[in-house]
Amino acid sequence: MSRLIFDKVIGDPMNRVDGRMKVTGAAKYSAEYALPGLVHGVIISSTIAKGRIKAIDSKAALSAPGVLAVISHENAIKVPGFADNEHPTEPPTGGQPLRAFYDNKVYSNGQPVAMVVADTLERARYAARLVKIQYNEDKHKTDFDTNKAQSVLPSQAKKNPKSPLADYTRGVKDGYKTAPVKLELEYIQPTEVHNPMELQAITAFWEAEDKLTVYDKVQGTKPTQQAFAKEWKLPVQNVRVISEFVGGAFGNGLHNWPHETAAIIAAKMLDRPIRLMLTREQMFFMVGYRPYTWQKIGIGASPDGKILGITHESIGQTSSYEEFTESTLQQTRMMYTSPNVSTVYRLLPLDVSTPIWMRGPGEATGAFALESAMDEIAFALNIDPVEFRLMNHTDTDPDKKLPWSTKYLKECIQTGAEKIGWKDRALKPGTVRSGEWLIGFGMGVGTFGAHRGAAAVRAKLMANGSILFQSAVTDIGPGTGTAMVQIASEHIGIPPEKITFQLGNSDFPQAPNQGGSAIVATVGSAVVAACTHIKEKLLTMAAASEKRFTGVKMEDVLFDKGELSLAKSPSVKMSYIDILKKQKLTELDIIQDSKPGEEGSKYSKYSFSVHFVKVMVHPVTGRVKVDKVVSCIDAGTIINKKTAANQIIGGVTGGIGMALQEAAVMDHRFGRYVTKDFADYHVPVHADVPKVEVYFTDKPDYIVDPMGTKGLGEIAIIGVAPAIANAVFNATGKRIRELPITPDKLI
Amino acid sequence: MNQFSYIRVNQQQAAVDAIRKDKAAMFIAGGTNLTDLMKRGIVSPERLIDINRLPLKEIKAEKNFIRIGALALNSVVAENSLIQKRLPLLVQALNSGASAQIRNMATVGGNMLQRTRCHYFYDTALPCNKRQPGSGCGALEGFNRMHAIFGFSDKCIAVHPSDMSVALMALDATVLVTGPKGERRIPFSDFHRLPGDRPETDTNLQPGELILAVDIPDAPFAQYAHYLKVRERASYAFALVSVAAALHIEKNVIREARLAMGGVAHKPWRLTEAEKYLAGKAVSETNFTEAAKIAMQGAKAFKHNAFKLKLGPNSIVQALKTASKLS
Repeated sequence: MSRLIFDKVIGDPMNRVDGRMKVTGAAKYSAEYALPGLVHGVIISSTIAKGRIKAIDSKAALSAPGVLAVISHENAIKVPGFADNEHPTEPPTGGQPLRAFYDNKVYSNGQPVAMVVADTLERARYAARLVKIQYNEDKHKTDFDTNKAQSVLPSQAKKNPKSPLADYTRGVKDGYKTAPVKLELEYIQPTEVHNPMELQAITAFWEAEDKLTVYDKVQGTKPTQQAFAKEWKLPVQNVRVISEFVGGAFGNGLHNWPHETAAIIAAKMLDRPIRLMLTREQMFFMVGYRPYTWQKIGIGASPDGKILGITHESIGQTSSYEEFTESTLQQTRMMYTSPNVSTVYRLLPLDVSTPIWMRGPGEATGAFALESAMDEIAFALNIDPVEFRLMNHTDTDPDKKLPWSTKYLKECIQTGAEKIGWKDRALKPGTVRSGEWLIGFGMGVGTFGAHRGAAAVRAKLMANGSILFQSAVTDIGPGTGTAMVQIASEHIGIPPEKITFQLGNSDFPQAPNQGGSAIVATVGSAVVAACTHIKEKLLTMAAASEKRFTGVKMEDVLFDKGELSLAKSPSVKMSYIDILKKQKLTELDIIQDSKPGEEGSKYSKYSFSVHFVKVMVHPVTGRVKVDKVVSCIDAGTIINKKTAANQIIGGVTGGIGMALQEAAVMDHRFGRYVTKDFADYHVPVHADVPKVEVYFTDKPDYIVDPMGTKGLGEIAIIGVAPAIANAVFNATGKRIRELPITPDKLI
Repeated sequence: MNQFSYIRVNQQQAAVDAIRKDKAAMFIAGGTNLTDLMKRGIVSPERLIDINRLPLKEIKAEKNFIRIGALALNSVVAENSLIQKRLPLLVQALNSGASAQIRNMATVGGNMLQRTRCHYFYDTALPCNKRQPGSGCGALEGFNRMHAIFGFSDKCIAVHPSDMSVALMALDATVLVTGPKGERRIPFSDFHRLPGDRPETDTNLQPGELILAVDIPDAPFAQYAHYLKVRERASYAFALVSVAAALHIEKNVIREARLAMGGVAHKPWRLTEAEKYLAGKAVSETNFTEAAKIAMQGAKAFKHNAFKLKLGPNSIVQALKTASKLS
């Protein structure tokens, strides 16, 4: 292969290409497009958990100043796709998503039931309070604990016994039961709500009767385009989805939600562009969340520390109308050497809105149980938990029975233990003090599939030697554009400042949702393929005017600083500018697609992380301070050490919230959340987050993709919560199995 | 938010006259709580009288007390050198409240008048006697983790959220107000009220009254004082329980003690019996533990806040230990 150039571009902690735009306000988010004639929508949410709308009195609202419409099922235009009674998009969930303003049924508290449209936001908000809605209430069930017995096998697993959601046994079912040392433990993950800084927002506009444009906060412009095309029965190309900047999403934008359709309905009815932004409170009720999940782990081991069996059961809540499932149990099947592993996954449909993936998703929930249980049995065996994990380390995937593409978890564990000062940890809990504070150390392992999908990019080499790339992909925060510029720079031999990467527009070539830590591998591979394609064309064109390039193979050519040259005699060279000029071309424009090959069937591909935590616990007041975090990451080649470390720090911060603070509490008498703003629903503040040291193995995995990367967004949070819970146990001797670990549980 | 009219007044008398004329009017100063309440439709004043220009911002040492103007900003008070030197308890309490941004807007008078953070009070879809008298108390049988263990009624179990007020309670402050009937002074312990049958009324201010200042008597507590706030995160959270402890100690003997708690009642909760017990006692953990036991007499928990029966006394002991430099 051609020698890689700019050897420092990959890994360079380059500043974000859009950083300046973001901090100066030049970056435009979905609610910032001031289209001519723009009107403003405010959603009215149901105040009952189940029943029917009896009457909507909108008289007062309609006569309020500036009000243009009050839209509900009573007067909404029919959405053509609703009649099909099928899922409008590649399903993130099974079942039938909620259809905005379709009928009078209420399925959950906080459901959008009407919308006021006015000429200003303030007037719409005022008028929304004047709309009086009467309900016929039905008895609802929202309480997980009292309804747990009604959990069901997901329909996907019913249809297909080989589905990853189906019951699974390797070796003997419940084999842990016969082990000399065994534990049975239950863990609770409460509902955690998506609260990215940017609220869910959409600006919708019908450019023509059959032509829709939306500026929408989503994680994929193409999947959203498909969804709305299907919903409105339009040709796909007649729907344009723009999402140039996303102020954090974390999974929240992987589903199209009813408020988006509500805005499109209003835009159509009024024939005006409409802007709709949810309130912070509405974020708790209608745009997904990490589901309340009960888990039980049975784990057994020999006295000398070999795991003999693990059984992991999980029940997660979902709505009554959609089946949201996630991968809570996969890591239990592949992480340790246990000969006997059983997993059981169930769903509990309740009268609540539909959950959605939330960073780390099911794996983070599952890791809380698995990695806590690992700590618990290590303690029961009187074995250091680091030792215990190394003793049960596996060099091949025991689930798929395949070699790992790469796995450097052992090195990660060893580095982390050294950097946190694990040697200062006492095996006996509650024995290390610093003044009034108890000190504890804990660790937790995380893993997530290293996925790569199919994508295409457009590359346009310009006459001035600069190059433009385009992809429909979104950047929900990791710095996708920056990483792509670095990959492109390395592979095309043009410095980063001459490279532009445009994204977030469904007019650009195909890219999947940004989710599941797969975008660098997926779109980055397409960028590499596009660069290769351009380089081949450049070499062919160069040979046309410079004979010494004739018949030269790609691997004998250097592409560097906007020039190609012969590796063996570098003075033979031509600039990209000259090549285009000689061909009388103003640009070289290609679209290149890329998809993974057969490697997937030969290897098991995962990213790995280990988080080490030192906590301080005040035994009198129950305060927990996370004093230090060391995260060691096996995610292949690191494209940008700054944005990558930034991702890990963000994930660890999310993990601190998950472990110590976050829980959306519902009052089941009303089926309504009572903690639904930032005063009551806590996420970490700066003062809660200590220095987070991040170490990358930075060893490439070329089986996953040509850059050697593996995803790292999810593993940033997976394993953090159990590491903190384990550290709290080490500090206090108190084992908290229901998150969050708040002061009241420790006094 | 409803539509409202807005006027700005420059003089005290004009403020009092303006509010007397209009029952649906409210004063606005920093607005950090009021605008929230208006946006959520919890209060809907038809007129706002902006009092920010009234000359009530001064912080001044008088003969036997320190006077803090009602419009002095929380951050300004906390950074004032006189307050820092003589009233460290107040500084700690102020700095533990809200966020830097909010403290830059919030005034001393407004801080005292902030409404409860009870979940049911803040949600117009749920019952709350404080917001809508007669609708019932949502918290009584609901999610009451943050709620009162002292002084509640079957109409309301909400707590007062202010940190500053807990310190002012311990420091025996007096509130100076003016109104249609002229000026009067209200002891801090009488300023806020318990819910009883009228939870909609938080204070004993009379209609049309305006807070002018808070007076804090000189006392020898500067050396041994501590405000302990227990909460789930390091900043920007309301107290699970807080304790203001101020001691006058001579030769390891407590001459006088002042103790008040936050997060436990509808008003800042003064621990008079515990104070009495501590007077004349030696500085010791045993005595602090006994004082905490006395302080907690009569406390009663609900379904989700039983932890306060333990966290409360723990926090009293801890605050006393820190204040007395025992720890």
